[in-house]
Amino acid sequence: MSRPGPSGPLLEVDGVSVRFGALIAVNQVSLRVARGEIVAIIGPNGAGKTTLLNAISGFYHPYQGRIAFAGKDRTHLSPPDVAALGIARTFQNVALFRGMSVLDNIMTGRLLKMRGSFLLEALYWGPAKRQELEHRAFVERIIDFLEIQAIRKTQAGRLPYGLQKRVELARALAAEPTLLLLDEPMAGMNVEEKEDMCRFILDVNQEFGTTIALIEHDMGVVMDISDRVVVLDYGRKIADGRPAEVRMDRAVLDAYLGVAHE
Amino acid sequence: MEAVAKSNDALALDPQLDTFPKLVRLNARRLGNKVAIREKDLGIWQASTWSQYFEEARLIAIGLGSLGFARGERVAIVGDNRPQLYWAVMAVQALGGIPVPIYQDSIEKEMEYIIDHAEARFAVVEDQEQVDKLLGVRARCPYLQHVVYDDPRGMRAYGEPGLVSLAELRELGRKFEVGHPTYFDDEVARGTADDIAIICYTSGTTGTPKGAMLSHRNLIATARNAALFEGLREDEDVLSYLPMAWVGDHIFSYAQAIVVGFAINCPESAATVLADLKEIAPTYFFGPPRIWESILTGVMVRVEDAARPKRAIVHFFLRLAQDIERKRLGRQAIPLWQRLLYPLGSLLVYGPLKDNLGLSRVRRAYTAGEAIGPEIFLFFRGLGVNVKQLYGMTEASVFVTIQRDGDVRLDTVGTPITGVEIRISNEGEVLFRSPGVFQGYAKNPDATRQTLEDGWIRSGDAGFLDGDGHLKIIDRAKDVSHLADGTMFAPKFLENKLKFSPYVREAVCIGQGRPCVTAFINIDLTAVGNWAERRNIAYTSYTDLAQKAEVYALIQGEVERVNRSLAEDEVLRGAQIRRFLILHKELDPDDEEITRTRKVRRGYIAQKYAPLIEALYSGRDRVQVEAKVTYEDGRSGMMRADVRIHDVSSAQAAP
Repeated sequence: MSRPGPSGPLLEVDGVSVRFGALIAVNQVSLRVARGEIVAIIGPNGAGKTTLLNAISGFYHPYQGRIAFAGKDRTHLSPPDVAALGIARTFQNVALFRGMSVLDNIMTGRLLKMRGSFLLEALYWGPAKRQELEHRAFVERIIDFLEIQAIRKTQAGRLPYGLQKRVELARALAAEPTLLLLDEPMAGMNVEEKEDMCRFILDVNQEFGTTIALIEHDMGVVMDISDRVVVLDYGRKIADGRPAEVRMDRAVLDAYLGVAHE
Repeated sequence: MEAVAKSNDALALDPQLDTFPKLVRLNARRLGNKVAIREKDLGIWQASTWSQYFEEARLIAIGLGSLGFARGERVAIVGDNRPQLYWAVMAVQALGGIPVPIYQDSIEKEMEYIIDHAEARFAVVEDQEQVDKLLGVRARCPYLQHVVYDDPRGMRAYGEPGLVSLAELRELGRKFEVGHPTYFDDEVARGTADDIAIICYTSGTTGTPKGAMLSHRNLIATARNAALFEGLREDEDVLSYLPMAWVGDHIFSYAQAIVVGFAINCPESAATVLADLKEIAPTYFFGPPRIWESILTGVMVRVEDAARPKRAIVHFFLRLAQDIERKRLGRQAIPLWQRLLYPLGSLLVYGPLKDNLGLSRVRRAYTAGEAIGPEIFLFFRGLGVNVKQLYGMTEASVFVTIQRDGDVRLDTVGTPITGVEIRISNEGEVLFRSPGVFQGYAKNPDATRQTLEDGWIRSGDAGFLDGDGHLKIIDRAKDVSHLADGTMFAPKFLENKLKFSPYVREAVCIGQGRPCVTAFINIDLTAVGNWAERRNIAYTSYTDLAQKAEVYALIQGEVERVNRSLAEDEVLRGAQIRRFLILHKELDPDDEEITRTRKVRRGYIAQKYAPLIEALYSGRDRVQVEAKVTYEDGRSGMMRADVRIHDVSSAQAAP
């Protein structure tokens, strides 16, 4: 599959370490994510996967190492600045505005793209109205894409877990990210929901050319959808390669106590 | 077949207007700027006019022509109700081809059977999901060559030959038209009334699907007769939400829409139908009993969640409306106080409720396919929604009988529409003939002979005509049987009575040659789930909920209610339900337990659940069960469960 865009990796993580007091959660991890790639980050519990994701999205700042996005160093940016660069994410424990409708939740994903004065917004007049319509049209495309038309006006908090995950993905997509970070997008889902989610992730990657880094525990899913797999254990990277290679890797098998797959 | 020919002669069609493409062309001239079709896309209702309808279909037709389409060729049509697919139906007909719509939720194996049987070389489908299935089918079906898809999403990486998008097809058409400017008009002109217009594969409760062939004449005549009988107008709006593969949708959303010139509306997705219904507020509506049931269940669930005074008001007025309607249908006098209170009910309850459901503009609505529960029927009629029963079959181009306005009854399916004759055979089977009588089953002369005798169709239903010429259906003729002691047993009659309960979604009664009647029950997950939540009964899944002791007690009450009503019936009094169990899984068309139109496949179930049936007739109160389940992608797995069995006491007739 050919993927457009300038060459060079989209995301470079160079010898990054994150520590909480004496605990080193991520230890000198380096990885590269090419444009248009789907990279899975896997590892046993407590391996530092989420911490690494949080460091990339600006929640934590590494005490050593460097993170570059699209060739520019951005090791010490805050989450809003990271988002403005084109990195969007979803959370392990769904983080939606529970009392708001699905539509409004997704609209919040567009906030970074909105310009305008408070007064015009309040009056819903002129450029403000035009802008609102444009954003709404974009959000409708995402709703259509993720097939959540039926819950457009439902309160997010009342949805079953699987759908909340989908709404979170929708909100992340609304920001038109170049890099999408997904923290366990399929946790707690049944087989059918997982299949749907897999299809959406592949479709997002294909339709919008979005680069995706995801954390996932379901090995079947990881092997199916990712171009590359990075394995962490005790904060260190122990393997990095194509799914088939990683599957056979000695260090990986050891990390999973010899019951690596299925 | 002679009789058919005779009745066809009586119905001469103008050769300029004797096929659907010719009629659409007329509509495009006559009603060019009138809306023909709406689709909710990206949250907005997008409308196309009759001239756009014609032009879109024309381009698809020419595109197919550029791929070497030949007259008489069958084309599989698969997808949700989408304008593009309706246009494709017309495009195929314009070229003298025969559209073969297939249920969009069919698994690959079912699709393969139909495509192989119909020898379809082309398929026009909605999206990637269907493309994937068809590519799987194509690997084994030598005929299938071209797959045309509408929605390009996810299709970028597909390099398979013979795969083309509708947009590309239109482009091919534009280029082809340059060299063949009169191609389309010539092909349309070659079409005649007796060309086959569509093949509808009926899912059938036994055996493999049969392809009923209907001609343009069949469909145009029947659509027109029913429209005249019912006084349909150009300004009707229908919601096209039932599967395109089902002949009913073909009649309401295609044939009648074209013949009368009214607008159809395609919902956004299968999951948004009820919301779209509310937005469109159709004037002409069709729903099988389960749709009416689910609307009613939805209302009742919301009423139960309301505050106590509101709930009391709603219940009072709903009871009043049903009481009045029952008296009206029974030709009884309505007391003055009830007449006086009804307008207040309209103001407080009926009007707002109808508005909320999207039924406030309905001039006529039908229910058919199965018997509808009297409570459900009375509920909607009581609100002032003109729901009527209709009796029809694929083989008759749908319409056989309709209840006329002002002549609606609870227990009959109405009188024959214009052009239909009904006769009851000596065995009690309903026979009929009409201009809509089909042209036979494709490649299946044996089945055709069994169904069509001298132009009369054997419906397979046991029934009779009452003194006023109303048709009354009892059960499927082949299902009526006897218990071991000779008591008459009509399983569907019992099942329908069970299904009238909001908590029972599906039921299968067993009893032929047995000492007593027993039943499998499927609970309604929405209704019982809500009931359980209100009682703080926690559950994880259907299987878990189904086996709760409280749920068994609830269903037991429903079975006893059915027994009490049976005790009133002299003939069927002996066939009360003595034992029942709640199945650990929902009956599912993917598992071949029910058809895609939700008709129980009795024989298959008896075979598949033989151990459960044995347990019902032993003294045991629990049974272990293993069942194969098929997932949507066609893979299958095993499911194990422990199922309880309950006894039910029989009721005595009230003295």
